Amino acid sequence: MSKILLLGDEAIAQAAIDAGLSGMYAYPGTPSTEIMEFIQSSKTAVEKSIHREWSSNEKTAMEAALGMSYAGKRAMVAMKHVGLNVAADGFINSALTGVNGGLIVVSADDPSMHSSQNEQDSRFYGKFAFVPCFEPSNQQEAYDMVFDAFELSEKYKTPVLLRITTRLAHSRASVETVKHPVPQKKLRLPSDPVQFVLLPAIARKKFRALLTSYDTIRYDVRLEKYNSFRDGKKRDLGIIACGITYNYLMENISGNEGDYPVLKISAYPFPDDLIKGIAERCKELLVLEEGFPLIEEVLKGYLDTGIRILGRLDGTVPRDGEMNPAIVAKALGMSASYGKKVPDLVMMRPPSFCKGCGHADMYNALIEAVKPFGPGRVFSDIGCYTLGALPPYNAINSCVDMGASVTMAVGAADAGLFPSIAVLGDSTFTHSGITGLLDAVNKNSSITIIISDNSTTGMTGGQKSQATGRLEQICTGLGVSQDHIKMIVPLRKNHEENIRIMKDEFEYRGVSVIIASRECIQTAIRRKKEEASNE
Amino acid sequence: MKNDIILSGVGGQGILSIAAAIGFAAVANNLFLKQSEVHGMSQRGGDVQSHFRLSDKPVASDLIPLGKADLIISVEPMESLRYLPWLSKQGWLVTNSVPFININDYPPLEEILDEIRKIKNNIIIDADSVAKEAGSSRAGNIVVLGAASHFIEIPFQSLENAIRTLFGRKGEEIVEVNLKALRAGRDFVKL
Repeated sequence: MSKILLLGDEAIAQAAIDAGLSGMYAYPGTPSTEIMEFIQSSKTAVEKSIHREWSSNEKTAMEAALGMSYAGKRAMVAMKHVGLNVAADGFINSALTGVNGGLIVVSADDPSMHSSQNEQDSRFYGKFAFVPCFEPSNQQEAYDMVFDAFELSEKYKTPVLLRITTRLAHSRASVETVKHPVPQKKLRLPSDPVQFVLLPAIARKKFRALLTSYDTIRYDVRLEKYNSFRDGKKRDLGIIACGITYNYLMENISGNEGDYPVLKISAYPFPDDLIKGIAERCKELLVLEEGFPLIEEVLKGYLDTGIRILGRLDGTVPRDGEMNPAIVAKALGMSASYGKKVPDLVMMRPPSFCKGCGHADMYNALIEAVKPFGPGRVFSDIGCYTLGALPPYNAINSCVDMGASVTMAVGAADAGLFPSIAVLGDSTFTHSGITGLLDAVNKNSSITIIISDNSTTGMTGGQKSQATGRLEQICTGLGVSQDHIKMIVPLRKNHEENIRIMKDEFEYRGVSVIIASRECIQTAIRRKKEEASNE
Repeated sequence: MKNDIILSGVGGQGILSIAAAIGFAAVANNLFLKQSEVHGMSQRGGDVQSHFRLSDKPVASDLIPLGKADLIISVEPMESLRYLPWLSKQGWLVTNSVPFININDYPPLEEILDEIRKIKNNIIIDADSVAKEAGSSRAGNIVVLGAASHFIEIPFQSLENAIRTLFGRKGEEIVEVNLKALRAGRDFVKL
């Protein structure tokens, strides 16, 4: 065994490599990005020829991983929480098909929305799909769970969800790795040729089998060993701590661990007896969950006639946002310490465009070009360019989900808004903008789409974009008229010309696409450094 | 022994390099650590912070509880103040004096420095100038680390070794410049 310092994300990646992974699939998304990046930079992954290319979106990643599993090999797919919405169709149905080679789906949630548009709790997806779910409390557990998840997946022929949150994903600690990695599996087709055929007649049978399996899997040692109960002296208050909240609890009660009965939950589903055991001992139960009150709601139920349940629902813990040691201290009735308050002169420092960013010049032209038509008509999307919503730009009116800029512009145009404009990045366009553009072409919507093409996936740190240099071809292929695909370079020196081109296209009654191309300044700097060091 | 450190600055100023250096040194001394950092949106010129927890016993929380930090290491003066709720009464605040101004309402520097001076244990260092003298205007973060090294319970030699590990790939010249920056930062502080 050897000890290495790893982020939670990296611990999962290292474990997958050590556990015989053959294929890693992902679309970049904070806080999950570093899982794929770690595998891409791993020498072992190269030696073992582990598949490690980015996918176009989370759905294609999920399905490719399922295909790898179909062929008998171990696969992992990783995404941020909202990515699981995109991949949900494949994910939920993969529970019915079951797997052949082990399949782990990592979903990295972002409570407090550090870098996301919502703070949904992926554990609900596990329950919804009848898929077992691990929720590590620390980096070592994250590493260990990957081995158990692959075994569990193959034994019960089920995908397994590994749910982490930002804090674990981006926190480093030393992790003990195994001495003898698991070898990769050989290509081996499913023994049942219709295992993956979800025709209704087959799906009905498979769903009944899934329900039974989900009921029995809770007693499997690979899940059970991550849920532990330790009794304490007190009888007034017992504590259920899920995932990383266990650390915040320990931070507060270390030295007095024997006081409270504590049930640590890090794997789902679990036997009812675990809950009954702690509930019988205590007058009140405090439930600590990072995310939504999944367990708390079940415990309380509609009737709320049992023992008193404290948590997010009764206000003992805030209803939303990330947990921390202070919140847990307060919930335990302990006096939390506090340093000095932040002096009033400290100003907010929101993220902003880098110096030399093409998005900024694109927006400067767009703001001028859209002025004659009035405000409220620019639909945007998810990426660095969402910063166009902030001052001094205040240039966009929406940011909802990947690709929604195009389709919302289509819908608004349907309603009579003209001109109706979409602004999205190149990577968001290939993720989920292409199908929307096809809709627009098919009904000749009067919309203008500006693809702010920085030739990278910028916000997440500059991962490969899927159609660099081929955006024009894609638009032509989808049927956009050649006369209304405009290539511009968003630079200050082209400002006046870019305004004119944008205005012309806004006035056009039909689908037009403006591709504003300029390499991301961060990617350019990195590329130049690499080129220099290769010389 | 426990050392709870908040690292702060603006995205791109190199606080993760400081964290990596302390991390290497901590591992070499068989200490337990947890270090939580910010990735994603805030890295684009926004405020960034890292919680670094060192101990000779296992560390529970990835986040430092409010009022429990022993040290704030900041590469930007206004950013050093943003984390005062975490600093303990006996804690030290070590900061670069050179502002990073990318917002319109940045307060007058003298007022910021006055606020910093109100903290009992403060060290204000013009890290950019010290770094330039050492041979690299980009080593300001390492100068601040050097100044803060008095309050990190790790032998200084381990931090020097960590700099060698951290910059080794970039060649001997870069290693030497950063070692010089680290030592110059340390020597700036007379206790």
